[in-house]
Amino acid sequence: MKPIRLELIDGAILVVYFAFVLGIGFVLKRYMRSSTDFFLSGRLIPTWVAGLAFLSANLGAQEVIGMAASGAKYGIMTSHFYWVGAIPAMVFVAVFMMPFYYGSKARSVPEYLKMRFDEKTRALNAMTFAGMTVFSSGISMYAMALLLNLILGWDFNVSVWLSAIIVLLYISLGGLTSAIYNEVMQFFLIVAGFAPLVFLGLRDVGGWSGLQTRLGEVATAQHFAPGAFSHSWRFMGNAADNPMGVEWLAMLMGLGFVLSFGYWCTDFLVIQRAMAAKSMAAARRTPLVAAVPKMLFPFLVILPGMIAIALTQHQGASGFALPSKPDGSLNYDLVIPLMLRHYFPSGILGLGLTALMASFMSGMAGNVTAFNTVWTYDIYQAYLRPRASDSGLLWMGRASTVVGIVISVGAAYFAAHFNNIMDLLQLVFAFVNAPLFATFLLGMFWRRTTGHGAFVGLLSGILAAAMHHGLTQPMGAQTLVKGGWLGHVLRIYPSEMAQNFWTAIFAWTTCFVVTILVSLVTTRKKSDTELGGLIWSLTPRILEEETVWYKRPFMLGIFVLVLVLILNIIFW
Amino acid sequence: MSYFDLRLPLGWLFVILGLLIVCAGFGAQVTSEGMSLGWNVDFLWGAVMVGFGLICLWFARRYAKKRESSDLANAGSDRS
Repeated sequence: MKPIRLELIDGAILVVYFAFVLGIGFVLKRYMRSSTDFFLSGRLIPTWVAGLAFLSANLGAQEVIGMAASGAKYGIMTSHFYWVGAIPAMVFVAVFMMPFYYGSKARSVPEYLKMRFDEKTRALNAMTFAGMTVFSSGISMYAMALLLNLILGWDFNVSVWLSAIIVLLYISLGGLTSAIYNEVMQFFLIVAGFAPLVFLGLRDVGGWSGLQTRLGEVATAQHFAPGAFSHSWRFMGNAADNPMGVEWLAMLMGLGFVLSFGYWCTDFLVIQRAMAAKSMAAARRTPLVAAVPKMLFPFLVILPGMIAIALTQHQGASGFALPSKPDGSLNYDLVIPLMLRHYFPSGILGLGLTALMASFMSGMAGNVTAFNTVWTYDIYQAYLRPRASDSGLLWMGRASTVVGIVISVGAAYFAAHFNNIMDLLQLVFAFVNAPLFATFLLGMFWRRTTGHGAFVGLLSGILAAAMHHGLTQPMGAQTLVKGGWLGHVLRIYPSEMAQNFWTAIFAWTTCFVVTILVSLVTTRKKSDTELGGLIWSLTPRILEEETVWYKRPFMLGIFVLVLVLILNIIFW
Repeated sequence: MSYFDLRLPLGWLFVILGLLIVCAGFGAQVTSEGMSLGWNVDFLWGAVMVGFGLICLWFARRYAKKRESSDLANAGSDRS
């Protein structure tokens, strides 16, 4: 691929942005006086900031690049990740789960598990989560360095180390607040960087009607009905009728329930942002504030992919088209960089590239802040130095940031040698996150759930996910990372996405059933008094009588769900 | 205690970046693929960004004034 030509002005934009990023870290350093300041922003963050950070923490460049690629491969169906997956889960966590997370005064998700169940459940979640976040940060670093090498010709090592040093500096100086503030800036930068790209691409393709016509040609060329790329639900009666290869049940249960709720309701990376809010009301509104821009994001990140594939099938006036890989398939991962190169002159090009880099680094920083908190509170303080002073914890927070970054750099180099590592990490995430939601659901809403039940259920769910993956494969799988590694393939799914969704469904169901069965034959070790504020039936309802009815989380949640329902209907 | 208002650095960032992009708009509008877009995207979008930045700074100033007058009112009631 011909590298993008950068002018002085593009470099200046990049430098200004990173100067602001580091400047925020330096200014915030003087506010970091305690471990609560460093790990939880002193619980002082206003709703709008926490809300945009909640959304933006998840908005790494792998999502931006990945969603554009999926938009090119699957069309508007990719919006299910938002309109069926993320939004309902965000409403659920805001209305039903945040009172327990925030009200329990737990400093992390594993700590909530310790309060609700026992130490072994906390340890299992803390160890798996800490390991996954730091490796995920490394994968982000690797993916960014690879992309910058490809599109700009930058040296791989320089990209890895420069990004590591910048993230290390602003996190170790300003802690979670620095990460949150930069995530909010990154959100606005992404909107500013990609909105003009969507506008120019739509203009090139002949507007929305021109896009639909061209997508009809894409669909028929791939032997689908003409509307398969521009309708989100119409062709989901049968997996063979749509490019994603998924039917409505797997979509609703696998993505809409298990995977999405498993991520948005239990992943400390996002929950940490809500826990940093300045009050219970602010914490509950945080995911709801995030949900509104989240539901509009498909127009920013998925639409470029749809435009790219439409123009590849039937070129517009500007001549844009996606290149092919050596095996003849289209290179979907390059949608965003190629569109930036094609449509943006210098100036706005610098902005688009800055937005891309900012989103990679924000993903890294989010993982590192989650790691340093879980390491310090749930591993170091819980098992190594229970009597550590607050200043000792603050010191450990900064030290673990350094260690976390170093491990991330190691993971980035490891990924460079094993190109399936990204797939592997995605797999591990799915194995661990999917059953976790069952544990939380039962823990928060069923008083009878015991610590033994939770632990055995979680382990069983993870094993069930691994077994399902080991006994199934997606069509066309060529490596064991894709499945079938137990030697026997019991089912071949039409696509990798379908296999992932059903793996998640099996994992969640196993965890749910096993947790209930083991809880029924074991005794609960904690009394009702100890569990007050941690379980639905033992927690007084939050009435918020001083708030007008339309500002209450329940009503805001209904409003958000109605909006997303309208979007689903419009793009049916 | 509260941290500094994020609208301040956000506003200044967008004003500065917006002005840089507007300046780029005075040059040739040719992409890395040699394309000319027909629209002066730099000038138009840079101006939008400057406008957004100024709105953020206005909100930050308004909030700072409100907090100042509320602090003064609290100090006054403490004295009495």
